[in-house]
Amino acid sequence: MITLNINGQARDVDADPDTPLLWVLREWVGLTGTKYGCGVAQCGACTVHVDGVATRSCSLPVGSVGAAKITTIEGLSADGLSHPVQVAWLQHEVPQCGYCQSGQIMAAASLLVQKPQPTDTDIADMITNICRCGTYQRVKEAIHTAAALTVPTGGKA
Amino acid sequence: MSQTIQLGRRFFLSAAAVTGGGFSLGWSLPAAAQKAGGSELGIWAVIHPDDTTVIRIARSEMGQGTLTGLAQLVADELDADWRFVRAEYVAPEVNQANKRAWGDMSTGGSRGIRASVDYVRKGGAVAKAMLIQTAAKQWGVPASECAASLSVITHTPTGRRLRYGELAAEAAKLTPPTDVAVKTPAEWKIIGRGVKRLDTVEKLSGKLTYAIDVQLPGMLNAAIAQSPVFGGTVKSYDATKIKTMPGVRHVLTLEDKAVVVVADKWYQAKTALAAMTIVWDEGKNGGVDSVQIAAFLKEGLDAKEAALCQQHGDVTAAIAGAAKKVEAVYGTPFLNHATLEPMNCTAKFQDGKVEVWVASQNGDATLAAAAEAAGVKLDAVKVNKHHLGGGFGRRGQQDYTRQAVLIAKQIPGVPIKLIWSREEDMQHGFYRPVTQCKLTGSLDANGNLTGLHARLSGQSILAYLAPQRMENGVDRVAFQGWIPEEFSYMAVPNLLIDHAVRNTHVPVGFWRGVNTNQNTIYMECFMDELALAAGKDPVDFRRGLMGKAPKQLAVLNAVAERAGWGTPLPKGVYRGFAQNTGFGSYTAAVAEVSVSAKGELKIHRIVCGSDPGYVVNPDQVAAQIEGSFVYGLSAVLFSEITIEKGRVAQGNFDTYQVMRLAEMPKVESVLVPSGGFWGGVGEPTIAVAGPAVLNAIFAATGKRIRTLPLTHHDLSHA
Repeated sequence: MITLNINGQARDVDADPDTPLLWVLREWVGLTGTKYGCGVAQCGACTVHVDGVATRSCSLPVGSVGAAKITTIEGLSADGLSHPVQVAWLQHEVPQCGYCQSGQIMAAASLLVQKPQPTDTDIADMITNICRCGTYQRVKEAIHTAAALTVPTGGKA
Repeated sequence: MSQTIQLGRRFFLSAAAVTGGGFSLGWSLPAAAQKAGGSELGIWAVIHPDDTTVIRIARSEMGQGTLTGLAQLVADELDADWRFVRAEYVAPEVNQANKRAWGDMSTGGSRGIRASVDYVRKGGAVAKAMLIQTAAKQWGVPASECAASLSVITHTPTGRRLRYGELAAEAAKLTPPTDVAVKTPAEWKIIGRGVKRLDTVEKLSGKLTYAIDVQLPGMLNAAIAQSPVFGGTVKSYDATKIKTMPGVRHVLTLEDKAVVVVADKWYQAKTALAAMTIVWDEGKNGGVDSVQIAAFLKEGLDAKEAALCQQHGDVTAAIAGAAKKVEAVYGTPFLNHATLEPMNCTAKFQDGKVEVWVASQNGDATLAAAAEAAGVKLDAVKVNKHHLGGGFGRRGQQDYTRQAVLIAKQIPGVPIKLIWSREEDMQHGFYRPVTQCKLTGSLDANGNLTGLHARLSGQSILAYLAPQRMENGVDRVAFQGWIPEEFSYMAVPNLLIDHAVRNTHVPVGFWRGVNTNQNTIYMECFMDELALAAGKDPVDFRRGLMGKAPKQLAVLNAVAERAGWGTPLPKGVYRGFAQNTGFGSYTAAVAEVSVSAKGELKIHRIVCGSDPGYVVNPDQVAAQIEGSFVYGLSAVLFSEITIEKGRVAQGNFDTYQVMRLAEMPKVESVLVPSGGFWGGVGEPTIAVAGPAVLNAIFAATGKRIRTLPLTHHDLSHA
């Protein structure tokens, strides 16, 4: 049995330690907001925060997570709408099909912790998630908007 | 259309029970319906006492915004207050059971809105007429003295008001009228407005349930391995090693075409499947590769026999008598859709009935496929439609639904969720066809284009997917953009366009923009080659050939003006132009690029114009234009599917690269709706993405790229 800290709650799971965190979240814990896109850390649809750092959970064995704090899209804000990135995403109407957006949002939230006022180059370097609908232009604009909003610091793991 | 279908009260209520009522959020699945008590006014709108207005949607939402656009069309005719508007899917089995009252569910060919506009707008007008009639009766006044606005009926002479929510229950008792008129464009209030999408909020919180997210009590999960060589079959497999692996419950085959492992969790099923030994009978195609396919197509470029698209004049004579002859051969590879949500479907078979949970571009076809796979009648099937995690044409095919049902039938009573791995998805697509094109043009001494021959050679989508739609060996879809109604250059005096159909064993299908992608690259890059040979500006050269294409010419001019065609650019930045007519809309684009001496390409700016006749939601049209450039330029810059030993060589996004944020240029949309027709939006602009950039690359480097993707080419220049 492995005990994980997910969105501030302790969760016991009986998965094999080699199982990627993505599948533990989706199939053992039932948090399906984190998506499967490639399984090889290419597309970023599975991005979660591990101790505040954007991490591709499809390639992270659950046995290596230990006591690290995991935040998924479901835990980014209490109401699912109020994190500055979510506010900006709504304002810019970023999502099309939406399937990659959990990962995009988690990557953007992590970026803003590291670079509260990112340049276009920072965004291009750090947001490498694939969006097949092609929302990149709005992702970039929304990150700038989110940066202009009050970004919570310290506590947002 | 559907207004002529008389549906009884009993039907309306049962439909409401199936599809659910209104919701607090803009979008909800029928299963989440909490709120009863809505009243159906006609078949498209359900109004609740609190004014919540639920609009029924028959097409599928895959990101393209059709759900919101269709709701706008109904709500405008209904004169609803947009703040009260919600949307829900019509269940395919309800459509089927009622003589397809909600019309065609297929969502492809950029038809979602343009093919629905007449009957959904009428549906909104019917509901409004019922509300007005009810209010007039209550007040004892003529209906002509009552006006509808913002979900309120007002008796104009006295100022008395009744909310839609107060009227709906009584209005629903009326027989829906059939002879309602729709508004003129000048009367539109919601159509044409960039209202927010109805389905955004749930996409920000992870709460939207895609098909891949479905969780059901007792559900098991299935992973699948299909024959790597298309058309191959299972010769043998050994499951002894994996039967004791964690979670594994069943190992089975599907019609000898695939091996499936069913486990408690999908990750367990996938892991066990990967540990299995499967021997395939590859059939006759195990030796085919892309080099052979290219040679097969090359032969077609000069073949005597070809399917005719159109011809006028005498192109052979024109070319023979040319002052200058220009000839070029282009080619484009197979491409996969690679929707980010891999193919998946959940199915349950019990007591002769089937239920599926699925993302489909065609609810009707999904219903039929599930019935066929289960061996039951259509009325024994229930289809739960989920929003698609990308479609792009791939989810018009029903192969994955069929498979899920075939599995579920072998394990009755247990819901089975089938998920394809990314690798399965990459290697078992319905690929954009591989084609080549030989273009020959003749110029007279003054640089006028006197003759043009475009010879396509390559695979036919219809021959593979819908042979019954072939017309005497001609696949009309192969000529998208080039048929007389679409071709921009009909004024060329001598013209011949034909197609040597060369089919391979690789499955092909409709890929966003379909054949306009390749055809526009061929034609628009060649137009630049001709302009260069004629010593003319590429845009002016085109203008001279467009006497029979006034709408297309207007878009050309709008884009050229916005982009500042002909005006100075920063040092090292160059422009390219392209245009096309397709899916009922007129498009053009200018790309600005720079290419470093070492050959590094940077796309600085795209200006893309479209005339789709009418624009329902300008912000969503802009989003489609932006996205179409990402999808189109991914194919130009990076992506290709190659065949080795009869199978797809690529497996995941490491070998099938697509555009990411860093490569995305700023896309400026120029919407120039000229009115009077309804054109498509999701696909038309993708066609001009590639050739605009390729023409700009030529301007920057002097290198004419005729095969894709660009990763095969060295763009370095002095």
